[in-house]
Amino acid sequence: MEKRLILNSKILKLSRICALFIALWAIPVMAFSQEKAASDGNKPYDPKVAIFEHIGDAHSWHVSLPLVKPFAIPLPVILYTDKGIEIFSSSNLHEDEVYHGKNDYVLVKDKIKIADETGNVDATKKVYDFSITRNVASMWLGMIILFIIFGSVSSSYKKRVGKAPKGLQSFMEPLVVFVRDDVAIPNIGVKHSKYMTLLLTLFFFILINNLLGLIPIFPGGFNLTGNIAVTLSLSFIVLLVINFSGNKYYWKHIFTPEIPLWLYIIMVPVELIGIISKPFALMIRLFANITAGHIIVLSLISLIFIFNSLAVSPASVVFVVFMDTIELLVAFLQAYIFTMLTALFIGMAVQEHHGEQHEI
Amino acid sequence: MELVTPEIGLVFWTTISFLIFLFILGKFAWKPILAAINEREISIENALMKAEAAKEEMARLTSENESLLRDARAERDIILQEARKLKDKIVGDAREAAQEEGAKMIEKARLEINMQKALAIADVKNQVASLSLEIAEKVLRKQFEDASKQDALVTELLKEVKL
Repeated sequence: MEKRLILNSKILKLSRICALFIALWAIPVMAFSQEKAASDGNKPYDPKVAIFEHIGDAHSWHVSLPLVKPFAIPLPVILYTDKGIEIFSSSNLHEDEVYHGKNDYVLVKDKIKIADETGNVDATKKVYDFSITRNVASMWLGMIILFIIFGSVSSSYKKRVGKAPKGLQSFMEPLVVFVRDDVAIPNIGVKHSKYMTLLLTLFFFILINNLLGLIPIFPGGFNLTGNIAVTLSLSFIVLLVINFSGNKYYWKHIFTPEIPLWLYIIMVPVELIGIISKPFALMIRLFANITAGHIIVLSLISLIFIFNSLAVSPASVVFVVFMDTIELLVAFLQAYIFTMLTALFIGMAVQEHHGEQHEI
Repeated sequence: MELVTPEIGLVFWTTISFLIFLFILGKFAWKPILAAINEREISIENALMKAEAAKEEMARLTSENESLLRDARAERDIILQEARKLKDKIVGDAREAAQEEGAKMIEKARLEINMQKALAIADVKNQVASLSLEIAEKVLRKQFEDASKQDALVTELLKEVKL
């Protein structure tokens, strides 16, 4: 009886956390409106600009908090041009204004371009932008949070050797065990321990960034896991891991499958494409799911500004809450699917013998 | 299109950060956590196995005790039976021996009696014989006290003799 009570209270706590996430979503309506009110009121509201501003990356971190005047946290800009590396603060950059460094730089649609003397974009000169953008900063934030969480969890494992988990440790352990028992072991099998680091890191990295992305106010509200560059990097790492752990059966399956010789013309290219397409699907899936979720939520909020009426807001908020609940599920689901498919592909690459299955 | 064009800066930073993150978490978080979980699972498994083994041992001991008890009981019965048999045998033997002894003694007594009887009879015979001789002597003496009678006998005897 007592145990059930404790369990119920845990569920209550969890539901409170979820409710907090959802409630926080209502705030950007206010923050958003402040931001929009600050910009010129004559132009009709364009939801595309607002949404893509959120979905994309930025050189400075715009902060809109309720009851606080919106401001921007400057972030370092790191550029590599033909004149070498250049570092300066993003507070120097403004739309349609030239910054004079080693080169002259202008900001066009939040992209840094080299300008000529007249202040126009010089398309002939290339600039490689390695800036610490909003997404990079938020990624580091997510990593710091994970460091803190798992640092404390791992130290409590050291302190409580052989004892039952407690507190944060007991919250995280089921997730860790879930990744091990339901993701790694069924897909990879006995060799899973070698890949546990990658799988766990992927899972928690995607999960924390999905969840932080759901928090609408600073320091959340970014779209990291819905950024193609991030998913590209992750799936590229996965691609390397899969192919470097591929054993002779894996490569045999690709280059000399047990099929009639004339089919090789079709099969070998298909298999080679398959090497790329598997991580490519991972990349697109995560990117599309998260971005789509963010776009829907922002579109629903934008309805208020499109109709320019407060009367729309209840309907909008109800739908946003509904979408957020789904997004909360998606946050977990996508982290799970990415990890699960990674484990599956690794499992296919390290499988000891493929059997005669391709004769069917 | 802008949405699906990866920016080199973010790719670079994500890759670098993720690899460092992977390394640090792997070394300082996943390794000790997984090791601790594994260790605990193994210890729980062991504890369960030990409990199971203890249960089996208990069951084995109980059944062993029972079988020991049963064996002891059976042995006791056997011993008792044997003792009874032995007692019967001893008693029977004793009886037999006593009977035999008795019979032997009776036989001996009989022989003794017979011998004594024979001796007595022989004695009686001797005495009767000597008595008869004495009587005959005395009778003869009495008859031949008179000389005429002696002569008559001799004459008679001589008459019989035919020369």
